[in-house]
This record gives sequence, C-alpha cells and structure tokens, in this order.
Amino acid sequence: MVVDLARRQGIVELKQFTRSREAVVFTMAFPIIMILIFASIFSDEIAPGVNYTQYFITGMIATGLMTVGFQSLAIQIPIERDKGVLKRYRGTPMPKWVYFAGKVLMVAGIGVVEVALLLAVSIGFFDLEPPASAAKWFTFAWVSILGLSACTLCGIAFSSVPRNARSATAVVTPVALVLQFISGVFFVFTDLPAWMQQVAAIFPLKWMCQGLRSVFLPDSFATVEPAGSWELGKVALILGAWCVLGLAICVRSFTWQNKYSR
Amino acid sequence: MGNDLAVSVKGLRKAYGRTVAVDGLDLDVRRGEVFALLGPNGAGKTTTVEILEGYRKRDGGEVRVLDRDPAEPTADWRGRVGIVLQGTGEFEELTVGELVHHFAAFYPKPDDPDEVIARVGLTGKAKARTHGLSGGQKRRLDVALGIVGRPELLFLDEPTTGFDPEARREFWQLIRDLNAAGTTIMLTTHYLDEAEALAQRVGVIADGRLVEVAEPGRLGNRANAPATVSWRTPDGTVESKESDTPTALVSELAARFGGEVPGLTVTRPTLEDVYLRMIGAA
Repeated sequence: MVVDLARRQGIVELKQFTRSREAVVFTMAFPIIMILIFASIFSDEIAPGVNYTQYFITGMIATGLMTVGFQSLAIQIPIERDKGVLKRYRGTPMPKWVYFAGKVLMVAGIGVVEVALLLAVSIGFFDLEPPASAAKWFTFAWVSILGLSACTLCGIAFSSVPRNARSATAVVTPVALVLQFISGVFFVFTDLPAWMQQVAAIFPLKWMCQGLRSVFLPDSFATVEPAGSWELGKVALILGAWCVLGLAICVRSFTWQNKYSR
Repeated sequence: MGNDLAVSVKGLRKAYGRTVAVDGLDLDVRRGEVFALLGPNGAGKTTTVEILEGYRKRDGGEVRVLDRDPAEPTADWRGRVGIVLQGTGEFEELTVGELVHHFAAFYPKPDDPDEVIARVGLTGKAKARTHGLSGGQKRRLDVALGIVGRPELLFLDEPTTGFDPEARREFWQLIRDLNAAGTTIMLTTHYLDEAEALAQRVGVIADGRLVEVAEPGRLGNRANAPATVSWRTPDGTVESKESDTPTALVSELAARFGGEVPGLTVTRPTLEDVYLRMIGAA
C-alpha cells in the first residue's frame, strides 16, 4: 500500500518531468551537446592508447548523473516550495518520505535513460569501448548508482539553501560548474594544480569520474591517476560518506515552506 | 468533552517579529455547521486558519481541531481534515483527472475521484492540463483535492476571491451540498454576502481578535436594532423616524393617511453597516 504510494508518486514526478520540455532538453541534451562539441574539437592523445575524447566522455557521464541528481533537484524543490506544492502535500496524510521516494524514482528513471543515451552516442560516434567484462559492468553499475544516490541526497539537502525559486538556478549552477572544472571533466585531472586536486577530492564528482574511468579507459591509464591506481575502494568510501552526510542534512534541515509562511 | 465542537480555540496568539497577527483569539466551530471567519485583509484570518490546519506554529493559547492539537498532526488527523489553500494552479503539467486520482490515493477512504470531479463541475476538463484552467476552474480543482479524502472538517481560505458572480453562486451551491452531506466547513472571506449566504454563524475578526460571533441576521444585534421608517408628508418632504416598534408606527401612519402611506420604507442597518462599524470600532 505505502510502497504503491511511492510508486505512484514516482510516476507523477516522471510525468511532470517529461511534460516540461525545457527540463527534458536541458537535462538530457546538454551533456550530449557538450560531448559533441568537445569531442569534435579536442582529439589529442593524452596517454598511450587514450585520447581526450574517451577521457572527456567518462567525465560527461559523471556530470550527467550529477545534473540529474544534484542540479535538477536543488533547483526544482525550491520552485515547488515557492509554488506551494510541498505545502499542499503536507496538508494530506501522505507520509513525508513518499515525496522523497518520488524524487528518487524520478531521478533513477531519468538517470538510466540519460546514461543509456550518453553511452549510445559515445559508442556510436566517438569510438568509446563498452565495458569489456562483467567485472567492468559491475563497477559501472555500482559507481553510477552510488554516485547518483550521493548526488540525489545532496541535491535534496542543498534545496534548503536557495531562499526562493528565482535564486535557485543562480545559487546551484555555479556550484555544479565549478565542480566540473576542478574534478577532471573538462581537463585531465592530474594536469590541475595540486591544491585544486585536493579541493576536488573532497567532493563526489571527482570520485565518480575516476570510478567511471576505471570502466572505460585501459588499465594502463591507472598509472596516470593521482595515486597511480583507480582507488575503487576509496571511490566507494567517499561516495558512501556523501550519501550519509546528504541524508543527515535532509532529515535535519529540510523545509516544507519558505520562511514567510511558517 | 468537546465532542460537539470541531474546532475550539482559546486565547490564540501569534506574532511575526514585532507584528502581532493574532492577539488572544477565542473561537468555537460546532460539528456540522458552516462557520465564516469574516474580516478585512490583514486581520489575521489566514494566520488563524493556517494554525488550525497545522501549517503554522502558535505562540500561545489552546487549540483543538477534531480533538487533536494541530501543532502535532498525525496522518490519521490529516486524513480527516480537508484543506483548500489560497494558492492555486501548482501542478501545471498534470491533468485534472491525474491529480484528483493521485490525491485520492493518499487517503484511507477516499471518494470516487471521477465522481468528485463531476461534483465540482470539471468533468469536461478531466483530461486537460491544469495550467490551462481558468481561475474559477482552478479553484474548483482545489476544492476537489480538498474533499476527495472525504474530510469531516473542511477549511476554505478565501475560496471565491476573483470569481465572477455566476461562478460564485455555483461555488456556494457546492459548499451547501457538502455541508448538507455532513461536512463541517470553516471558511474565511472578506465578502459579507458570502458569509451571509453560506454561514450559520459568522465570526468577525479585526486586528487579530474576534470582535463578535453571531448568526448573520443577528450580527451586531442587527435584528433588534432600531428600524428607520420614512414616508412622504402631504407637503412633499420626506420624514424619517427611528423606532423600536416600527410596526406600531406604520399602523399609526396608515391610520393617519387613511390607507396607503406615500413613499413608505422600513429599513434596518445592513450587514455591511454593522460590519463596518465593528471593524472600525475594533
């Protein structure tokens, strides 16, 4: 019964998403457009047998997951809060967590489609090799799921930061953009200044990129990584830690109404 | 105790910073009645109702809504209270049918969603996205979402603001039907005629206090207020006289004129006169 409610909520969220054209285009098409542009401009080898395109594409898949989980929720929830959507849900007997479950299901649905699209475009047009073994597919799956979970929880947690719907985009977008620049999406991570690498290592995106590189780049490339290896254990640890932190902040500080109506 | 009261409020207080919005308000709503909270903008209507709905925290006073403190709402209590807020049109990409069906699933014993849509007169719009609805249609959708869970008590916050006269009449009929079916209704309004048309009792709120509670016809002691009798004298001027016994005065006049009294009118203060005096005096 209650699980059914969460399923219904997820369907309603997905319906609303797919029916708002701007959201679909922005979320789905943006990473693809970025791949088309960057991969067409830069195609140098950055290491033996590895060209920039492959490196960049793995970064864009991680970015896509962050956009779906973090950016879209951190912007969408303040809008819903301002419009009174949250207030209306609160006036019903719907358990609070069903709202979050709906968002999680929506993010998962969009995330699967998004990753599939990016993979199809990359494999079809830019010579990205699909994961070569069952073990690599497994790594691909858990890095994506754990990374998306961390981003989703942080997105819900961060949704309490913007004061209103209008400021949400302005507050959230720079955070996401800066992370992309310092986490090894646009630039090869080890080419960045050491202090920048250290800052980036605090946040999830760097670890999502690194985990995905272990799936799509040849094993020889591991020596180019900061620690000389893929550090998958650390990837799991840090993404897991962000899940816990995000969840803790959600539970403590989520606000259902803006401060003028409490 | 208090089983015949749907809402009971004693000494309710709420301030925003230094601004006192509700200042020692007392109020009872009986089960089965339509109670109107009437007052000008800024009098504290919405603050009061949102405290009763469990949205806002109060600074002081005792509040019981359906025998519970709304500051600690439970899912069961939420299921028995219907809420129609002031805001509208928030789920823009969903259709009327999808929304009402979705909200019905939140409640333990909901009404048939399609039947609720019919009752608010939106059957023709069931497949339309909500962003395309007119103001009146959106408001009726709000009501549909508020009643689909079959609430015992329904709050309506300024439900007809911005309606054209015909839409208001239709809306009033919807409220009467709900009440006839046993739903207790508490509505806020700044329209006098709305309070008079719908409510069995009206509470007038001004500056965060309840100034008076009465049946609409008795508000401000209106029924017993002196009536004004005026008539035209034979030389053409109009004469007026306030009287506690207008009937006696009229029959005396009839005798004096030997039949019809020219230009005869008998008036009592209108609800508006009484209301304006009350909120001005508060």
